[in-house]
Amino acid sequence: MSFAWAKPYEPKTEFGKWIDARLPLPRLAYGAVGGGYPVPRNLNYLWNFGVAAGLFLVIQIVTGIVLAMHYYASADGAFNSVEHIMRDVNAGWMLRYAHANGASFFFIVVYIHIFRGLFYGSYKAPRELVWMLGLVIYLLMMATAFLGYVLPWGQMSYWGAQVITGFFSAFPLVGEPIRVWLLGGYAPDQAALTRFFSLHYLLPFVIAAVVVLHIWALHIPGSGNPTGVDVKNEKDTLPFHPFYTAKDGWFTGAILVAYTAVLFFAPNALGHPDNYIQANPLATPAHIVPEWYFWPFYAILRAFTVDFLWIIPAKLWGVLAMFFSILLLFFLPWLDKSPVRSGHYRPVFKRFFWLLMLDILVLGYVGGAEINAFNIALGQFASAYYFIHFLIILPLVSAFEKPLPLPNSISESVLHGEKQEAAPIGAPARAGATAAE
Amino acid sequence: MLLRILLGLIGAGFAGALLASLGTDLATYFSSPAEESAEHAFHKEPKALHLASDGPFGKFDRQQLQRGFQVYKEVCAACHSMNLVAFRDLHALGYSEAEVKAIANQWMIEVPSVNPDTGEAATRKAIPADRFPSPYPNETAARAANNNALPPDLSLIAKAREGGPAYTYSLLTGYADPNSYRNEAGEALPAANRPGTGLHFNPYFANLNIAMPPPLVSAGQVTYAEGNPQPTVDQMAKDVSAFLMWAAEPKLENRHRYGLATVIFLLIATVLGYLSYQNIWAEAKRKVRVTGPLDPVNKAKRTRASRKAGVKD
Amino acid sequence: MVAQVAEDHSLRRRDFINIAAVSFAGVGAAATVLPLVNQMSPSADVLALASTEIDISKIAPGQAIKTIWRKQPVFVRNLTPAEIAAANAVRVSDLRDPQTLAERTKPGKHNWLITLGVCTHLGCVPLGTGEGENRGEYGGYFCPCHGSHYDTAARIRKGPAPLNLQVPDYEFTSDTVVTIG
Repeated sequence: MSFAWAKPYEPKTEFGKWIDARLPLPRLAYGAVGGGYPVPRNLNYLWNFGVAAGLFLVIQIVTGIVLAMHYYASADGAFNSVEHIMRDVNAGWMLRYAHANGASFFFIVVYIHIFRGLFYGSYKAPRELVWMLGLVIYLLMMATAFLGYVLPWGQMSYWGAQVITGFFSAFPLVGEPIRVWLLGGYAPDQAALTRFFSLHYLLPFVIAAVVVLHIWALHIPGSGNPTGVDVKNEKDTLPFHPFYTAKDGWFTGAILVAYTAVLFFAPNALGHPDNYIQANPLATPAHIVPEWYFWPFYAILRAFTVDFLWIIPAKLWGVLAMFFSILLLFFLPWLDKSPVRSGHYRPVFKRFFWLLMLDILVLGYVGGAEINAFNIALGQFASAYYFIHFLIILPLVSAFEKPLPLPNSISESVLHGEKQEAAPIGAPARAGATAAE
Repeated sequence: MLLRILLGLIGAGFAGALLASLGTDLATYFSSPAEESAEHAFHKEPKALHLASDGPFGKFDRQQLQRGFQVYKEVCAACHSMNLVAFRDLHALGYSEAEVKAIANQWMIEVPSVNPDTGEAATRKAIPADRFPSPYPNETAARAANNNALPPDLSLIAKAREGGPAYTYSLLTGYADPNSYRNEAGEALPAANRPGTGLHFNPYFANLNIAMPPPLVSAGQVTYAEGNPQPTVDQMAKDVSAFLMWAAEPKLENRHRYGLATVIFLLIATVLGYLSYQNIWAEAKRKVRVTGPLDPVNKAKRTRASRKAGVKD
Repeated sequence: MVAQVAEDHSLRRRDFINIAAVSFAGVGAAATVLPLVNQMSPSADVLALASTEIDISKIAPGQAIKTIWRKQPVFVRNLTPAEIAAANAVRVSDLRDPQTLAERTKPGKHNWLITLGVCTHLGCVPLGTGEGENRGEYGGYFCPCHGSHYDTAARIRKGPAPLNLQVPDYEFTSDTVVTIG
């Protein structure tokens, strides 16, 4: 789309030309994922996870549509319909496990994809909208996953729905009416279940549409790369097909090996046994926990135990912090204004990045662990660090750190002594400088 | 700039709320620490149980499943329903069509139906297509007959409890005398946690006292056919646990078989894909030659530069 | 210019691995379609009800019962000798759907007429099984929807239905039990 040397689409067959004159979809595909899309040649495997995420979206949609042919959205019958799928529907057990574990793998892949973005500064100009559209996708995924988890109507389904819709009642005045409106009742019941099913079916298609925008927005400037240095000329890139179709192809195979290993040999490892018990509004499970991909947010939610600042109760602090922990990511391009993109050239930033990764792991652990004094304190520390990292540390680091010198270009110049050199965004080009310090 | 200040303040706000919470909680912890609950001190994790169905290549031991089914039928079915399993599913245990029909027909509980002449509620004998009928018509009846406790349905119990069949096995063999029981630390059960009327002490149960009296009390409670091991309490508990694992996951063997085929296929596909990738990339004339700090040649210079900048790399 | 794989002829003999990889992946994709298509076939619980056993010991000659097989009505009638004679007296070539009573029953059990209770016109359930119900002009079954008359062998005689009432696959598993399907 944007590089002058991108190979133009030239249909060779009569049929190809006929279609191209009427509805140029092959041309679009060629320019987006074919030989006509130049991509930096130095991408590492962290760049494979976008395509992997797309694959899992397709897996979820296909298995979901097929499961919906057998699922019955009734408070009395939903649990049994899922067991009907597991026991009587041909290959039903495979489809159900594929869908349940597909959700987990979708999140694993998306988290790696996001962490790649955090480390390599993929959110910086001119890709701010790519980043924000990605966050929108992430929020939609969280909503879809939550709605889907309620559908089997197990104990965790029901009580998870209670807890999450309960968030809204934390807001003063409007909270409770909104909660009742969402549920269509005073507790999760038939009304909630059918509308959750309807929305769960709808949202993945909204996700798909936003994914199209996400890729479109990316293809305007083109893909980033591990050095963070812009593409200068043809030597820096390779056409997406066949180079990255091959790389994505084989690596996707490897991811599928992991996915199928879990699906076929440990399908309940990432789930919770309580969801094999039918929902009982009169019996609360001993430990209500959401699925593992929500654990960091659950930790932040439960970390606030004191009514800080008098008028704001602890519960509301928790809800606000949980929402804000994702919302603040929208501001990342403005929180981190360093002209250097990649963490490779930002040693201070790199240190804090790994600290953030550790912090998120700790938050994840706390979210799923039992509630005791130690875990609560750990959660409070980790939550505090999370906010301090993004809202105080990052702006300061990006303003005051001394980045390492950037490479001249993505690939070596063909001719020796070429004067044209790369420079960090915003800084003047250093004519004649080499790598030597 | 203003935005960053605003966001910074918000961050400070959350951090402040968290530190206040932390402070308060630490103060509470050190002044009046929560005591370890009796459940925590006395609850035991399930004993290890090794079944033929364990592991990625596990298969059911049909002989054991049949024994387990016999235990379920003669001991458990009086109180515990299994309403997600159908009689026809018993083919998987190795019973013939005639045997399955007989089991259904002779099942001690009949299936609800309607009297065709009067329209009143009636019962009829089960056929293989029916699911196991529940011993009680509804929850209220079940509770009324069991001291207000509800015997859970057993179709999924092996997946609905942490530890699965190991848990059911431990529970069935784990009943102990609350007066003489000592936990690992040698403590006796506090009086407040001794079982009241209608309850029985079992350290494998989450709340320590379970409403179900020990169902397996003596060897030979169920008579096994020739060629089977002796029906000791331990053996019967193992067998019924294996059966419950089947009841919860009848497709386990299929799953393992398809799994092996799929993973092997994908491994080969991945290897082929990798070779193809190497083949294609060999044509990308040269590898990326990065200049500047990422260039390995300049690693020494980079380390020196970072040290000068005061940052350890 | 950076080498573009497609144009480089020296590659031709090494394309094999690429073709192998893509073909393998293609086979995998095709194999994935199988369970997706198969899951729409009848599930095990539906197949379990694909055949039904009926106890006929209580049906006296001249009586019929209505029962269900594969969620459709089935008429089981014990024909009286008069009804059998009436059925056999009809000239088969006159019938819209020529069939003899013998063809529609089992050898040695010609008094047992087992047919679907679905009119072959547009699918209503004909009358005639219950006591006092209208059995039409031919003494068999009568469909009130559009006036199809069936005779004692449940063959269409008058009215819009094109075919006789369908006889499903069945067999006598004993003298008092019939298994349909």
